[in-house]
Amino acid sequence: MTMTVAQQIFIIAVVVLGTMATRFLPFLLFPPGRPTPEYVRYLGRVLPAAAIGLLVVYSLKDVNVLSGSRGLPELIAVAVVVWLHLWKKNMFLSIAAGTILYMVLIRL
Amino acid sequence: MRDKTVVLQAFRAAFPVTVPILAGFMFLGIAYGVFMNVSGFGTGWAFLMSLLIFAGSMEFVAVGLLLGPFNPLGALLLTLMVNARHLFYGISMLEKYKGTGWKKPYLIFGMCDESFSINYSARIPSHIDRGWYQFFVTLLNHSYWVAGAMIGSVLGSFVAFDLQGLEFVMTALFVVIFVEQWMKEKVHDSALLGIGISVLSLIVFGADKFIVPAMIAILAVLTLTRKALERKTAEAEGGGRV
Repeated sequence: MTMTVAQQIFIIAVVVLGTMATRFLPFLLFPPGRPTPEYVRYLGRVLPAAAIGLLVVYSLKDVNVLSGSRGLPELIAVAVVVWLHLWKKNMFLSIAAGTILYMVLIRL
Repeated sequence: MRDKTVVLQAFRAAFPVTVPILAGFMFLGIAYGVFMNVSGFGTGWAFLMSLLIFAGSMEFVAVGLLLGPFNPLGALLLTLMVNARHLFYGISMLEKYKGTGWKKPYLIFGMCDESFSINYSARIPSHIDRGWYQFFVTLLNHSYWVAGAMIGSVLGSFVAFDLQGLEFVMTALFVVIFVEQWMKEKVHDSALLGIGISVLSLIVFGADKFIVPAMIAILAVLTLTRKALERKTAEAEGGGRV
């Protein structure tokens, strides 16, 4: 069953609309002109840390710890990135070293 | 003349920060373009989708939607689920995107994982215009993604470099930003909750369905522990200043 081009464009429009809804909604609900509820401001303070944590897990979601390399290359590379960044605090160094190490590890 | 300097300075400050994204988006974008190509969608489609959707993982999912039966409602629900995490980004950026004028709609349109995490964590020097800086971070990321998709789509199967593993640059970026956030804050409850609940949800619901349950649980715990968490934060920050 294949869609027509018009149907495919409609699906793309729906995906764009859905994506934009998730991005614009908070800004539409809490415009700068009106005072933002204290509860939402509280969330704005505490959510980022949790959201970045979620993002880390999200970027590793397809790692299979039960088979293959059992997630070891990912674990080692993430540990090195954390250690290097706590030590040198240099974003480029941490990211470049971690990525190159990962690319080497998956080829071993 | 002064205006031009402001813009140029912001660009010069923003570009270096986006270099890791350049590497990551070139790789992922090329992979996406190749994937589109082998799925039967030419360069025009790759351009349209990378330009308008600009949400990496969703664009891969969208190819599947285009090849299946026509189901707009299903497509909408799946998009909302995959992209629900943007709601958290929006709430986090309400203050930081304030007062950016005409750039604001574009900043929100282009708020992918990478633009959010860079613009959220950026320590923008005081002489740099914040709005222009955030604008260039978003625009550069957007351009890398579209350019990558174009290259992949045009070159198709001719791309034969062995770049497997380069996608880890994204994970490394998010880990670095997590560590930066960790060093900046005195109370780590929310950061730990974010990791812990997400991992738990991933184990229970699997890779395709874990985001929404994780978000609900994070929101619930942060709401229920609000009083205690606010007190703890106030004490930690007060103690730090003494």
